[in-house]
Amino acid sequence: MKRITATKATTIIKNVRKTSNISAMYHDFGGSSTHLLDDALTSTTNFTVPYGIDPVESLKEFTNPKSDVKIHFDHGTTTLAFKFQHGVIVAVDSRATAGPSIESQTVKKVIEINPYLLGTMAGGAADCAYWERVLARQCRIYELRNKERISVAAASKLLANIVYNYKGMGLSMGTMICGWDKRGPGLYYVDSDGERMSNNIYSVGSGSVYAYGVLDSGYRYDLSVEEAIDLGRRSIYHATHRDAYSGGVVNLYHMKESGWEFISQTDVFDLHYQYKAEKEKK
Amino acid sequence: EDFVVVGSDTRLSQGFSIFTRDLPKTYKLTTSTVLGACGFHGDVLTLTKVLNARLKMFEHEHHKKMTTSEIAAMLSTMLYHRRFFPYYVYNLIAGLDEEGKGVVYSFDPVGSYGSDGYRARGSAAAMLQPLLDNQIGLKNQQNVQRVSLSKEKVVNLVKDVFISAAERDIYTGDAVVVHVITKDGTTTERFPLRRD
Repeated sequence: MKRITATKATTIIKNVRKTSNISAMYHDFGGSSTHLLDDALTSTTNFTVPYGIDPVESLKEFTNPKSDVKIHFDHGTTTLAFKFQHGVIVAVDSRATAGPSIESQTVKKVIEINPYLLGTMAGGAADCAYWERVLARQCRIYELRNKERISVAAASKLLANIVYNYKGMGLSMGTMICGWDKRGPGLYYVDSDGERMSNNIYSVGSGSVYAYGVLDSGYRYDLSVEEAIDLGRRSIYHATHRDAYSGGVVNLYHMKESGWEFISQTDVFDLHYQYKAEKEKK
Repeated sequence: EDFVVVGSDTRLSQGFSIFTRDLPKTYKLTTSTVLGACGFHGDVLTLTKVLNARLKMFEHEHHKKMTTSEIAAMLSTMLYHRRFFPYYVYNLIAGLDEEGKGVVYSFDPVGSYGSDGYRARGSAAAMLQPLLDNQIGLKNQQNVQRVSLSKEKVVNLVKDVFISAAERDIYTGDAVVVHVITKDGTTTERFPLRRD
């Protein structure tokens, strides 16, 4: 299927036709005034796009602080993951913000794709939740067709390729796909710009700068499990302390050869006093 | 708890004008689920129309009513399919889950959702949510015991919450419609608010 990229040359805006997922069949606009409704009723794979308008421009209205319409999507976060000798530690905060308001302190930002694959959520909450759910479905289909578990590299590539089709349309998603496959522990960073990279340490989100500081200064490949868990928790805590858009509780997962294990959920409030007491003891 | 309470005011306004004083923003979807939708009313109407149609389609296909969590998941994908042309609606789904316990799901305009114990949405949400956090979530209160709230207490709390909203938010007022959902069905109560 052809993909015609939209290039804005001076005043010309071409219609953007994406692959399977968008039905750009609005030519029969003649009599059908209910096509938007039909779309919603019958389509499960099509995205409704305003006819004749570049969706990126129209959506910019919503995120531009100077615009009159202020429709806010849930955003903002700190997530981190790192590989070490005993697997992968995944730690996330749990705050969702919509503009200046805290929408929730109890968001689940780690999406359990299957018992040996985890995806983290950073950026637009709806984008991450939806596409990682699509990824879970694709991984299951792969498993059924090939009678073996999908590798982390393949899963992350699936996701990267899916979102690349929507590049430029305003998706906001920064996710880390973590798992354990034949090659050992796997950690990939995938985002809505089409990036897909693998490394040992990643932190994503508005609070990632703070988390990196703590993470980098305490990281060694040969950490023990308790030390790694403590490092992950501490890094998220420091990020939530300084970043307004992160907070709530720290959710921690440990990815082992036998699959992921949910370690703990600790309120950042409690961690604050715990670390304070530790500092005072010294 | 084994019940859910959901309420909305009944004023429809644009700018400084009131269009009507009798427009509740809650919609009964099934006997055990109520949708609360606020924002742009045009989109609210279309969304409820499509939602009801999809509910009927589900019933025809599967010979059973959709449960609250199923409705929530479906609404999420419905909203996300308009990711590039969003429904300007802030949704709340309140209902009983399969075990009969009360559950509230709140949505953002493009479909991100999660279940909370309580939620306020709308123009006065920023004022009301902290009140709910304190009274129902018992946040920022020292040495309190978590007591399970009775139906009467919750309904009175909802009334108080709307009275407070009407005091300080110009878009809230006229009347409140409160639905109490239990396993025996949904009861609706209506009581007046400040009309200024």
